[in-house]
Amino acid sequence: MTSPYRQIFGDGLWNNNVAMGQMLALCPLLAVTTSATNGLGMGLASVAVLVLTNVMISALRGMITPQVRIPALIVLIATVVTLVDMMINAWLHPLYKVLGLFIALIVTNCAIFGRAESFALRNGVRHAAADALAMGMGFTWVLVVIGGVREILGSGTLFAHASLLLGDGFAWLEITVIPHFSGILLAVLPPGAFMALGFLIAAKRLVDRRLQARRPSSDLVMPTL
Amino acid sequence: MPGVAQPAYRKRLAYQAGLLGGICAIVSVLLIIGNHETRGAIADHIEEEKRATLAAVLPAQLYDNAPLAESRKLPQQGVFTSPPVLYPGSHSGVFSAAALLTSVYGWGSEIRFIVGIDASGEITGVRVISHQETPGLGDKIDIDRSGWINGFNGRSLANTGEAEWAVKKDGGEFDQFTGATITPRAVVRGVHQSLEALDQWRRQQLAHAARADSAEEKK
Repeated sequence: MTSPYRQIFGDGLWNNNVAMGQMLALCPLLAVTTSATNGLGMGLASVAVLVLTNVMISALRGMITPQVRIPALIVLIATVVTLVDMMINAWLHPLYKVLGLFIALIVTNCAIFGRAESFALRNGVRHAAADALAMGMGFTWVLVVIGGVREILGSGTLFAHASLLLGDGFAWLEITVIPHFSGILLAVLPPGAFMALGFLIAAKRLVDRRLQARRPSSDLVMPTL
Repeated sequence: MPGVAQPAYRKRLAYQAGLLGGICAIVSVLLIIGNHETRGAIADHIEEEKRATLAAVLPAQLYDNAPLAESRKLPQQGVFTSPPVLYPGSHSGVFSAAALLTSVYGWGSEIRFIVGIDASGEITGVRVISHQETPGLGDKIDIDRSGWINGFNGRSLANTGEAEWAVKKDGGEFDQFTGATITPRAVVRGVHQSLEALDQWRRQQLAHAARADSAEEKK
């Protein structure tokens, strides 16, 4: 018997990863991953919204009836996103300049609704918070990897403008991988996002198959969504 | 939820309606509080950004008034996709500079930009404020991507003829980008039209002032 947290984080970070396992949240994923910094920003904003909504909905789960859960969840999620948007705009304005567009996009992120509906409504507050953190971090690393690949191929840099997002202390993150490189335009355009995601999913399947082949005796089947 | 027996009252329509209504009421209060708390700070940031944009195209020593406070809308015309907003600058009450904020249609998106001129009608700066042109191709109009936009500095209707206000491909003076002609073409046209709009406004102002002067003399 593995601890529930271990399973929650295993699911969120790898097995049932939002983008690679559940194939959710592809709209924001494809739209913002033109650079690793953008991916990181979108990921962090998603983590914040996911944690807030999951905790809130888990706390209210005793009151919300199945018949009206969908409108209730939509209203709650939209409110949290709007509040986060307003607060970042007012008090963290430099961050808002980079993230502004993405925060509104979080509403279109099916993953938030998916986790609220499939996890937060059925589990306690602490587990819901852990699930939100795991799913959010899983989504973030995929965003950063796809953003990073597209940025290296598209403009030869990695984490460009990261100090705008994270503050001057993170200027060391900004790396020029290939100097004087005008970039493969395709990587920055939308098809590049589809390709990068496709290769990433293929790699995940390959790794999963290897792992399964190594321990054929295991009859444990991980539940997927 | 599964495994939890629902009390009977929760199955009643009134409970469902009340629940949704209650959630909406609480949420509205939260949003009102949030809006109230953040509105001032957000308005300050927007004002700050406007000032920064204006400073980018008009050197501060050109004027001593507050152009942002004296802004006015000009009628929509030509290639503009929105009515241009004029920020008149004056020094000791005499016209000394102006900036025009407007937008044109580029390659599939609106390009918002601001043009600044001095008293002689020469461009002091042009900045693209927002656009969604193709990354890597059309986005070179952005000062963050390339210095192309500085090519307008010092141009005026007097020193650049009608036919020269075009990209080189069309026989004009301005560079196009490899793989992107439509975006720079739209910007060149927009800047040209901005100068014409500013010139027209200026002549109207002068005519107005002349009329006021002659009315004064008659008295």
